[in-house]
Amino acid sequence: MNVTIVDYQSGNISSVINSFTEIAKGKVNLEVTSDIKKIKFSDKIVLPGQGSFKSCLDSLNNINGLVDTLKEFAITNKKPLLGICVGLQMFADIGYEEAETKGLGWISGKVSKIDNQKGKFKLPHIGWNEIEIQKKSKIFKDIKNKSHMYFVHSYEFIPEDKSIISATTDYSSKIVCAVEKDNLFGTQFHPEKSDKIGLKVIDNFLKL
Amino acid sequence: MLKNRIIPCLDVKDGRVVKGINFVELKDAGDPVEQAKLYSDSGADEICFLDITASNENRETIIEIIRKTAKKCFVPLTVGGGVRTIQNITDLLLAGADKVSINTAAVKNIDFVKEASKKFGSQCIVVAIDAKKVSENKWVVFTHGGRNKTGIDAVEFAKKVEENGAGEILLTSMDKDGTKSGYDIDLLKTITNSTNIPVIASGGVGTLDHLYDGIVKGGASAVLAASIFHYGEYKIKDAKEYLNSKNVSVRL
Repeated sequence: MNVTIVDYQSGNISSVINSFTEIAKGKVNLEVTSDIKKIKFSDKIVLPGQGSFKSCLDSLNNINGLVDTLKEFAITNKKPLLGICVGLQMFADIGYEEAETKGLGWISGKVSKIDNQKGKFKLPHIGWNEIEIQKKSKIFKDIKNKSHMYFVHSYEFIPEDKSIISATTDYSSKIVCAVEKDNLFGTQFHPEKSDKIGLKVIDNFLKL
Repeated sequence: MLKNRIIPCLDVKDGRVVKGINFVELKDAGDPVEQAKLYSDSGADEICFLDITASNENRETIIEIIRKTAKKCFVPLTVGGGVRTIQNITDLLLAGADKVSINTAAVKNIDFVKEASKKFGSQCIVVAIDAKKVSENKWVVFTHGGRNKTGIDAVEFAKKVEENGAGEILLTSMDKDGTKSGYDIDLLKTITNSTNIPVIASGGVGTLDHLYDGIVKGGASAVLAASIFHYGEYKIKDAKEYLNSKNVSVRL
């Protein structure tokens, strides 16, 4: 199996590479690239994302043909894709970080700043929080409800169709922290930084 | 509910841990990679490396340590000490650090914090503030590992780093550091009440009660400690169980 971590020159993806390398060892052929040909012939794609919604989208759009290739992979060919953090947020139609920015539009919804109730909740939402599983998801196989995952973000994805939400976490309100829609998977938390339980999420994705 | 974090800090000099844990299970107590792995296996919520190497020539050694640690530890890694340029940050992040902590360079030039958080995202920019009490409810910022006094008001500076995009503040009391008499709670409370970003408390931990005070009385989102863990007085697990027994939520 060939799995590609999309390296679109935005943010720090070392931890994603390290954790996937650890799990993929000897089982999966892992590539880290923005090479469109390689992405096309992958079996699975990981779309990481750090920094702002705008800076990530700008970087994706900067690489000629990348957005179209990802769309063909995930939407037309319905092959498995996992978005992490801003990688998940980019599935939305629109985001409001830095400036109003058009998202990939794969899952209807928006990305807005977490309502921190006038400073009652510190932002960014940094640290370990419990996930509340909302529906059965393939990437949560053998993962208990209320498991701890590592978060670091100030913006949240608000999808229109609530049935795609696979987990939420409690921080000022119920924040969407995982989605599953057909072949599309996304986590707001960082499985690559969530210790053994996070590595299990990665393992589940690679075993799909 | 968001959990309060416990962060052990390892001081590294020329590639070796200076204040090390003396656990029997360690083959080489001076090896930062082994120590970090032990901490992450025992439930540390994050790991912090502070590079106290004096010379620039030895910067490569910390990069190599991060590279090795990041392949074995899958919890967030923060690295501080000598972070002065965008290139320094790039090098550390590429090696596998998740966050960098900026101290002197932030005081010298606040635009550096702005530039760094814009380029890498606020989530990986921590500003380390070393503060010393000068009078009742007044603290000033120190730089260069606490050697140089600046005259800058610590509370004003904390607000300024938040405005300029820092994602967290690592707050060390120079008065308390190394004393094992507890955090400076007044300082912590003042800073956590004046800012809206998470504050990590540091400097002065001697007992598990001090961790409790830092979170409950000081309002810290995370507590950092070095010596109580290094010398094996307490394990991370002890600290978490203690806090949990006092109704402080932690990741168990």
